[in-house]
Amino acid sequence: MAILVDKSTRLLVQGITGKAGGFHARSCMEYGTHLVAGVTPARGGEVFADKIPVFDTVFEARQQTGCNATMIFVPAEFAADSIMEAVDSGIELIICITEGIPVIDMMRVKAAMTGGKSRLIGPNCPGIITPGQCKIGIMPGYIHKPGKVGVVSRSGTLTYEAVWQLSARGHGQSTCVGIGGDPINGTSHLDVVKMFNDDPDTEAMILIGEIGGTAEEEAAAWLAENCKKPVAAFIAGATAPPGRRMGHAGAIVSGGKGTAAGKIEALRAANIEIAETPADMADALLRRMARA
Amino acid sequence: MNIHEYQAKELLDKFGVPNSPGGVASTPEQAEKVARSLGTNNLVVKSQIHAGGRGKGTFTSGFQGGVHLCKTANQVRDIAEQMLGKTLVTHQTGPEGRVVRKVLVSKSVEIARELYFAILIDRATSIPMIVASTEGGVDIESVAATTPEKIIRMSVDPLYGLLPYQTRKLAKLLGMTSTEMRLACKLFAGLYKLFIRSDCSMVEVNPLVVTKGGEVLALDSKINFDDNALFRHPDILAYRDIEEENPREVEASKFNLNYIGLDGNIACLVNGAGLAMATMDIIKHHGGEPANFLDVGGGATEQQVTEAFKILISDKRVKAILVNIFGGIMKCDIIAQGIINAVRAVNLPVPLVVRLEGTNVEAGRKLLNDSKLPLLAATDIADAAKKVVAAVK
Repeated sequence: MAILVDKSTRLLVQGITGKAGGFHARSCMEYGTHLVAGVTPARGGEVFADKIPVFDTVFEARQQTGCNATMIFVPAEFAADSIMEAVDSGIELIICITEGIPVIDMMRVKAAMTGGKSRLIGPNCPGIITPGQCKIGIMPGYIHKPGKVGVVSRSGTLTYEAVWQLSARGHGQSTCVGIGGDPINGTSHLDVVKMFNDDPDTEAMILIGEIGGTAEEEAAAWLAENCKKPVAAFIAGATAPPGRRMGHAGAIVSGGKGTAAGKIEALRAANIEIAETPADMADALLRRMARA
Repeated sequence: MNIHEYQAKELLDKFGVPNSPGGVASTPEQAEKVARSLGTNNLVVKSQIHAGGRGKGTFTSGFQGGVHLCKTANQVRDIAEQMLGKTLVTHQTGPEGRVVRKVLVSKSVEIARELYFAILIDRATSIPMIVASTEGGVDIESVAATTPEKIIRMSVDPLYGLLPYQTRKLAKLLGMTSTEMRLACKLFAGLYKLFIRSDCSMVEVNPLVVTKGGEVLALDSKINFDDNALFRHPDILAYRDIEEENPREVEASKFNLNYIGLDGNIACLVNGAGLAMATMDIIKHHGGEPANFLDVGGGATEQQVTEAFKILISDKRVKAILVNIFGGIMKCDIIAQGIINAVRAVNLPVPLVVRLEGTNVEAGRKLLNDSKLPLLAATDIADAAKKVVAAVK
């Protein structure tokens, strides 16, 4: 079963005629994802990859193809508008890959989405994959294997690292969700962890966090109270100097808040096994499973 | 991006936020002229550098203090003479210090009360939050730690903005009289407008002062911007002062590379911010010290990788380089070609450890092997860290 995406997902790609949008739309299709439409304003009527119709607006794409998920590759200046367009058209799952969206734009998007039916993953994220069923994002599909471990992370390449280690040890993944590195994002660690907890096909989880914010602490507190499945975690940025923004807009330690040490302490208190290094993520989960 | 105090003052003026009158000067004569135009005998001269602790700093000439109170315009000129073109060392500049190219001359005010006022985006709720306190002029973190009840927090609905009643409530919570409140409401509204319209990540006024004459002024302001939004603010981008930045960081920014200089001797070239941080962590875990954070991003070109290499080896402290790439958007063969070209172009002076994994990894490894370059291949991230740490020992 897995979470969020599966064989029934009907995908739209916003920004499909762009270089990155086209490349990744093709790669998702080759993986087996059911791509049904593309949108690029003023390019309506074109056909992508000989069979996928391109529309001017999401509203038309939804009406004519029944797409229920969208992957956004629109440039940062226009991406907030594209998210809102998808919300307006009733797209259930919105995955925004675009990085560099102004924080104030995302603040307005988030406020406008409150109480609505759409779920946003990202922005500035690698996307989401249910191995063997559906890939919506920029991750290399071949490293994944169908299985029982859920992975949630702010960082793309660290997610691939964890997946690589799991697959190499014979453990497949139920679903891997990249929630993105921005300070304001649509879906949090906690939201994903709750879905994994409710998913019968997910038997264990790896949670990958970064310095900055308090999302990892919130997930840890909830897990301690509600989750019996084994969980391992890694926090990146233990050696990052305070006050400097390490790439991701969210990855900054300021005023003593959001430190790796604080997050690790909160996770340990929730009986979560800590990966000491990024090479130790899968092994940490195996240690936790062994003592479950 | 950081800006100078005099630039922050220009923004405050633009948004109608009252602050102490003054002007910027690049020569002692200009400083004197600004002082005369202010028509007061209570003056202050401040060195303009991107670092804190200026008041307690020392110039390499031996002159004490980067901030001075003056009584006459002639005195302002003499003090400016001691500062301009000289190097100021503070606890934040490091021993090399920073050259003072401009001074801000302003009216010094008589302070009755010092308060604190800041606007930022609260990550937990994803909306703007105002943080204020009656305890201004001191480190707000220590106020929050010792007397948390003295910290006022107020959320702002991003779709409505800061409402007039909220500004009145804030003024009252800060212990203001009716007259002071009227002035403060205008100041708070102006700051919020500045925050939103300029895409700030934080505006901090410390201290916000009530003067003995009953004015309410933003005496010292720190403004940070959301780098992602600078594309729509050419006026703010023009405030960038490249002289104040690490030259390698400036060079990296020209090629859209995300580089941050650190103090160690192991350079890293990584794709993805999370993996770049984690690579620094694992180097340290195995007993090494990273020389930098460098994220070459999701769609780096061969030219970007070549430039990244040049930047890394321009740091003479670097004794070894670790390349750690897990390819998603970024294809391993592109990275490999970039490494080969860069190594050939610059005649690499230090050992290189390469770890590639992901899209087109076989093609990438083949390119590296066929190149006959002297590099150490690593099988995984732990192996890579161990090999690079061993290389500098």
